[in-house]
Amino acid sequence: MISSINILVSGVFSAAVLFLVSAGLQIVFGVQKIVNLACGSFYAIGAYFGITALSWALRLQLPAALFIPVLIASGLVLALVLGPPIERLLRSIYHRDEHFQLLLTFALVLMFEDIIRMFWGASPLQINNVYLAFGELRLAPDLTIPNYNLIVIAVALAISLGFGWFLQATRFGKMVRATAENASICEALCIDLRKVYAVVFTLGVALGTIGGALVIPATAASLDMGVELIVDAFAVVIIGGLGSMPGALLGALVVGLTRAAAIWLYPEFEMLAIYVIVIAVLILRPRGLLGKAA
Amino acid sequence: MTTAGLEPSTSIPRSSQSRSKFGYVIPAVGFSLIAAFPFIAGPHYAILMFSGMGFAIALLGLNLLFGFTGLLSFGHAMFLAIGAYTTAYLTAAKIGNLEIILLTAAGVAILVAVPIGLLCIRYVRIYFSMLTLAFSMLLYSFLYKFYPITGGDEGLRIKMPRPALFDFSSLDTVGILTGPLYYYVFALLLLLTYAMWRIVSSPLGLGLRAIRENQQKAEYLGVNVQRNRLVVFVVAGVYGAIGGVIISIPVGLADPSLAYWVQSGNLVFMLLLGGYTNFFGPILGAVVFIFFQDQLMSHTEYWRLTFGILLALIVIFFPNGLMGIIDPRRRWSA
Repeated sequence: MISSINILVSGVFSAAVLFLVSAGLQIVFGVQKIVNLACGSFYAIGAYFGITALSWALRLQLPAALFIPVLIASGLVLALVLGPPIERLLRSIYHRDEHFQLLLTFALVLMFEDIIRMFWGASPLQINNVYLAFGELRLAPDLTIPNYNLIVIAVALAISLGFGWFLQATRFGKMVRATAENASICEALCIDLRKVYAVVFTLGVALGTIGGALVIPATAASLDMGVELIVDAFAVVIIGGLGSMPGALLGALVVGLTRAAAIWLYPEFEMLAIYVIVIAVLILRPRGLLGKAA
Repeated sequence: MTTAGLEPSTSIPRSSQSRSKFGYVIPAVGFSLIAAFPFIAGPHYAILMFSGMGFAIALLGLNLLFGFTGLLSFGHAMFLAIGAYTTAYLTAAKIGNLEIILLTAAGVAILVAVPIGLLCIRYVRIYFSMLTLAFSMLLYSFLYKFYPITGGDEGLRIKMPRPALFDFSSLDTVGILTGPLYYYVFALLLLLTYAMWRIVSSPLGLGLRAIRENQQKAEYLGVNVQRNRLVVFVVAGVYGAIGGVIISIPVGLADPSLAYWVQSGNLVFMLLLGGYTNFFGPILGAVVFIFFQDQLMSHTEYWRLTFGILLALIVIFFPNGLMGIIDPRRRWSA
């Protein structure tokens, strides 16, 4: 009982972060048709930048309540700096074979690893004390849940609801969805595709950087966190269905809970279990659990 | 949008075959250079060339998959790991005969590639890339986590294997790697290059190009698409495993990072660097990558940044790679 609650909370926590990053992957794929290998790198650089922002907040002795807004703001600022120029770079390959798109984003993965190394060094960084500053929720004498995990789950939920509202209800969101359906007709209807692509890509980057920033109080930032996360994010979008937002949510829950359960029950199977699910989904339902039929 | 995975891959650049009289000069010069290399360069570089030849063999196979058939594997490094771990297990069991190791590695690669291939070849484009990536990460996580069998993150040590007709007893490790074993691997590279040349100029090779350009038309013309793709996947796997055996010899270690997806990405990078539209592009790409990486790493901590910029430039401006620059008229795989 206690262990299953622990599995549930830690699983949903990692699923929340994973969902943010995968949602970034999904929106960029849905609209620009580019599978962005670099989304893990955005997550990693978001984490490092989050450390910088958080240690700045600690120096100014800001109250703990402001830590989350500071982290989210750091992710947004970083996305605004990185998103538009990278989208400009990708513009040169929108009409090229998708193999080249994959390789260009792989080039970004290589570059970002060294950019992080330049600014933050090669050794892992960690912010202490912040995680515990949020306190714990004691459900039973021997069962506590870190408040921070619950806050991140709530924040991820809020972000995804806001994101859903943006896509469903706003005028620009409708333009984005229309572009995802048929870009050339949208262009004929005088939708500025450059603007749509730039905004969508920056949003995708922001989801990654915010996801990275939010894990910082809970875990250390390391150079390989990006290339490790992209594998999980891939698993999420394959399980859920490439391009589907509800799919990303379902996939993130499957991956997060599987990982948490495996770590708890049989650590050797941590990654193996996820890949067995991925391969099973690809074989039985190649479009993913919630992917659209052809 | 969601149909993307089930359509034939198109739009890989194509060109007419133009066979000039001088077309064989570049590969001939290249191979002579590799043959003479231990005499003109120091042992450090000769050993680098040794690994370069290993990567070249693996890339010849990968290019059959990508350049000729249009399937981009982002998990091909799993076959390198299969080769390396086979070497490790066999040398640990006191089976040091290189021929046995090579044949076993090829056999294991076939055993692995047939079931994985049967699943992967049903998909093309991005789905093929993702599925191969998933399989290689499955192998990686097995190698990384199952410490008692695989040595975990420390990997397994490899003792120097020995070809049947050679006597190494008078030589040290560097002497072996720059002497007899170097030429053994060189001969293997020539042999496998010739075999690949025969494959791509056979009716099978023609069928592969037809599949790449238009799967449906190829099917109407009687090309068995699924069977051809499976054959290619298995051949590529065997080349990868043989390459893996050779790469692991100078390192003396089989470790799980060989199967990691970034390693697969690097393989594709090498292929693009050399030029996937040219038959000899993979060999050039492997050698240039290995030497460039060595030089960069000794000069700067930030070699990945340089490589990333280089890859971006190749993708955007020189999609036919170095061979496309050296010899723009000869695109043998097109």
